[in-house]
Order: sequence, then structure tokens, then C-alpha cells
Amino acid sequence: MALPASVPEEPIKAQLASTEPPVIDLHGLSVSFGRRQILKNLRGDLRGKAIGLLGPNGAGKTTLIHTLLGFHQPSGGTAQIFGHDIKHDANKIKSLIGYMPERDSFIAKMNAVHFVRLMGELSGLPPEAALERAHEALFYVGLGEARYRRLETYSLGMKQLAKLAQAIVHGPKLIFLDEPTNGLDPPARQRMIKLIREIRDSGHANIVLSSHLLLDVEECCDEILILRDGQIAVYCNLEEERKSNRKFLMLETRGDQDKFVKALEKLGCEYAVSGHRLKVVLQEGVEVRDLYRLADQEQVQLRRLSYKRDSLEDIFLKAMENGDGRL
Amino acid sequence: MAVYEQTYKRYTGKLTPDWSRFLIIPRHAYESIFSSKLFTAFFVICFLPLLLEAILIYLHHNFTALTIMQATVRDLIPIDNTFFRFWTYLEGFFAFFLALLLGPPLVARDLRNNALPLYLCRPFSRTEYVMGKMSVILILLSMITWIPQLLLFLFQSYLQGFAWFKANLWIASAIVMANIVWILLLALLTQTISALVKWRVVASGILLGLFIIPSAFAEIINLLFQTRWGSLLSLGALMKSVTDGLFGLFDRVTGTIAIRDFDDNVVREILLIEPPLWCSWAMLFFVCAVCLAVLSWKVKAYEVVK
Repeated sequence: MALPASVPEEPIKAQLASTEPPVIDLHGLSVSFGRRQILKNLRGDLRGKAIGLLGPNGAGKTTLIHTLLGFHQPSGGTAQIFGHDIKHDANKIKSLIGYMPERDSFIAKMNAVHFVRLMGELSGLPPEAALERAHEALFYVGLGEARYRRLETYSLGMKQLAKLAQAIVHGPKLIFLDEPTNGLDPPARQRMIKLIREIRDSGHANIVLSSHLLLDVEECCDEILILRDGQIAVYCNLEEERKSNRKFLMLETRGDQDKFVKALEKLGCEYAVSGHRLKVVLQEGVEVRDLYRLADQEQVQLRRLSYKRDSLEDIFLKAMENGDGRL
Repeated sequence: MAVYEQTYKRYTGKLTPDWSRFLIIPRHAYESIFSSKLFTAFFVICFLPLLLEAILIYLHHNFTALTIMQATVRDLIPIDNTFFRFWTYLEGFFAFFLALLLGPPLVARDLRNNALPLYLCRPFSRTEYVMGKMSVILILLSMITWIPQLLLFLFQSYLQGFAWFKANLWIASAIVMANIVWILLLALLTQTISALVKWRVVASGILLGLFIIPSAFAEIINLLFQTRWGSLLSLGALMKSVTDGLFGLFDRVTGTIAIRDFDDNVVREILLIEPPLWCSWAMLFFVCAVCLAVLSWKVKAYEVVK
């Protein structure tokens, strides 16, 4: 069943027209480790305030982030961040970004203030400004009271917050967050999500959030990029998807479903069957009453009928099924 | 992003120049290094031989003091290239132990805690990282080796007069060169071992072993094959040759050496041909190149599994 295409091999043009350079512009970016090709000819320009990076394990999410950060050299193509090429303007790009790594990363034998201050200085802040902003960043993420404690003594949630503090201490324009809610308990996760949304809503920084947790991405991001096997499976604007008037109907039927489905097809509706359940996308000009009419005509009982928006989970699962950029 | 405002704001102030960023690492490192009283005490002890050196130079020019001590200038060691070479050796010894204390945890600690991505995601390159870590050692070792020795050379020149300074200016260059070669070698070796071994004690043991084991091996080769070429395997012997060469004291043995018994009778004669000085330099360059290659391989944000 073919549903409306969202991302083909062609470059992705964001729906929000802007004269600003895209946050991330991918120009056939490929990355190989030895003979293994991890990222395959990625193309597209991403302009969202918060871009969610999704995909199963090994899809290439972290490799994409690392390549954009300059940790890996592209084997083909290139990418631009705010109009700066990752191959030629690496230092310029690095001064614009903040990075919160997935793994436990800190500098031993330092308290949080010292650690965040050092990170600020390495980003180019003068020592006094770095110290001031280190305090501010730690208060901002909620580690104000624990800022003089050594990082080794921090809990997992506190370490995640300290990593976020070091990523924002220099006030970057773009923040890469790699699995920021990993291993957090529900209250800590909520706090992290709240912080990410606050940063996004401040309008001072764009965010790229890589996560396995669809809920995190759904709560924080306005655009999503789903990778599968090193290729873009889906790129879409979640807000636009939510706002679109493509209404999904969930039906539960009893009776000769095959006849009903064929009749739906004749109406031009798209559908998906799962046992007695049907998921239908109404086409222009088709009303709900037409479905009742068809059901009556084909002697099918409609036990349940509800509207359902296409959730991120649906988008993700479809991307995993199709893998061709179609929704 | 003020504490009271609790909002996210970009930083729009002035930035520090790119070239100076690597110096941030030693500055922060010294904060924690000198918090150890034991280390600070050892660092102070490292200056004691220099104090003795200064006293000796002073005595050479202070006849009153010599008279009180009932000594003459002839009783003292002459202040020449041999004098400065001796103190270079002695301070080099202290520098080695300082490097042994300082060096091993520098890179290892960052590798163990996955800190490299945090450094390298900033406008801070791998070269700057290695330079920063090496300068932790280089700056501290410079403070106990060539800088004070150069000051003592100037002190001697001041007391002796301009003619002495002019005639012995080459000794100053020998002091600087010999010490820099030594501390550079120490810095590179400690960083390389630190990048390969994550445990401080093991790394210190390996550094110590690098100087002892090849030296013993070199001596065995020299004895077995009755040669001096085995010395090329010993880092200590290499440094000795290079330092002697810089101070104009390298004496290449190329002839027979008589082995005598207690009655001074010749037991046998051995033909010994010492490797030329350039071989020692070449070996040192080779060791440094290997260290740089290892550092380039290990100092990465993430290990790539191919």
C-alpha cells in the first residue's frame, strides 16, 4: 500500500521557506569504516528548531553526529552546518556547536564547576567568563547545589545533567544531544526533556536529538530524520504532519471484510488491514458517511470508528517497513 | 544565562585566540598537580642541585669565602663545558623522576573516562590536545632544567666578564639543546605510554622498564658480540652520546681496548668501534617518530572498528 511519499532520494527541501542557511545541509554524505559503508549518500537540508534523529541500532545515527562533529572523515560527499563545510571549516563549526555524548564522559578528579569551566575555556571563553558561565550552566541544569562535588561521586542522572551543562556552557548555536535520557528514571527524564524544550523554545539554539525513545523525540522535536541502514528512511516535519488534514480512521469491522476493502479501494482510499481492524486514510471528497454507506452496501458491521493521527510510532514503523522514504 | 534568570542564552563576548588554547590544559593540570604536598615537596627538592651549582659558581669568584674555607680556586671544579654537562646529567635525573610522577595519568585518565570527545568536539584539535598534554611536562621540566641552568650560565658570565660569555656562548646553546632533547623525549615517551596503558602504576613501570631493560639488553649485546653498537638500543646511552656531542665531549672509541688483570698484564685486546654520533641522533628521531605515530593512532575521539 503506497502512502504519500515524504522523503525520496532527492534533496529534502524543508517546508519552511527561509533565507537563512539550513541548520544541516547534507550533500551526498557517505562514511565508510574500512569496507563497511555506514552512511550512504545522505542528502537533504534540515531546518528544524529541534531535529530528532531516529533509527534502529546500527542505522548510523551516532556516526552521522560524529561525522558532523568532525570525528570521522566523509568517504564521499560533504555536509554543511549553518553554511560552513564540515571538511573545510571544522573549527568554525566546532565553535558553533555543543555536544553531549551518549557514553559516560567526564574528566576525572574534578568537581563540576572546574569541569564545566575547563570545557568553556576550551571552547574559547576567557577564564573569568568561563567560570561565570559554568556556575550559571550548572544552576540552569539543576546541579547548583552539587556543583562543588567531584564528578565521580555523581549519580547517572547527575552525570547526564553535567554533560548537558558542558554542552551549553559556551552558548552554542546548535546542540547535539546523543541519547540524553539514557538510563534516567522517570523524574530525571522529565527534567531532561523539560530542559531540552526550554532551550529549544528560547530560540537561541537549534537541537539535534538522537534517541531510541520515540516519546522523547515526539515531545521535543519538530522535525524528524529516520535512518535505516545508513540511508534516510524518512524526513518529515512533525508539526506539519500533525497539522495536515490527512485524517486516519481506525475501524473495527465484522462481516465480509474483503468486499468492504475492495469497495474502499474503488473509492480511492488508502488502507491497512490488521485482523478485524482497518486503518483508512480518507481521500479528498470522501466523507465518513460514505463509509457507512459502503458498510451497509457490503453487509459489514462497523463496530468502532475513531479518528487517529499518524503518531511518530506509526511513522517510524512504516519507515522500518518500507525503508524507501515513504510514509 | 544568569543564575537568577535561569534561561538559555548564547555567549556573545570576546573569545581567546586559537593559538593559546593548548595552554589551558597545563594551567588546569597544575591546579590539581600542586594540590599534592608530596609532589610540591619533590619539586622543591629538584632545585637543590641548582642551588649547589649556584654556590659553586659564586665561590669561584669570591676570594673571601675561599679564604675562610681555606681553599683556592684550583681546588674547585673548573667552570667549563664539563661542569655544565655534569649538572645537565644531574638535573636530567630529577627530570626523569618528575616525568615518571606526572606523565602516566595525563592521557590515560582521559581515555579511561571517555573525555576525548569532550575536548575534540570543541575548536581544539588533536594536535593541540597532544601539545597541551605534553606542555604539562615540558613547562615543569623546563623549570628545573634548561631555564635555571641558563640563568646560572648568565650568572657565571656576569661574574667572569663578557669575554668569557663570548667565548663560551656555545655552552649555552648546548645547555638548551641537550635539556630540550631530553625533556622532549621524556614528554613523548610518557604521553605515548599513557595513551597505551590506562593504569598509572603499570604506565610508570613501563617507562622505568624502557630505560632499564633495553640498557641491560644493550650491555648483553655489547658483551656477547664485543661491540658498542648495542648501545643504540639503550635510551640512556643514546642521550649520553647526544649530550656529550652537544657539549663537545663525545669521544668516539674506534680502536682496540686492552683488558688487563690486577697485575696490569694485558689479558686480551678487543676491537671496539663505537657507533658515530649521528646514529644516536637518528635513533632518537626514530623513537620520537614512533611515539608520534602511536599518539596519532590513539588520540582520537572514538576508536573506529573497521
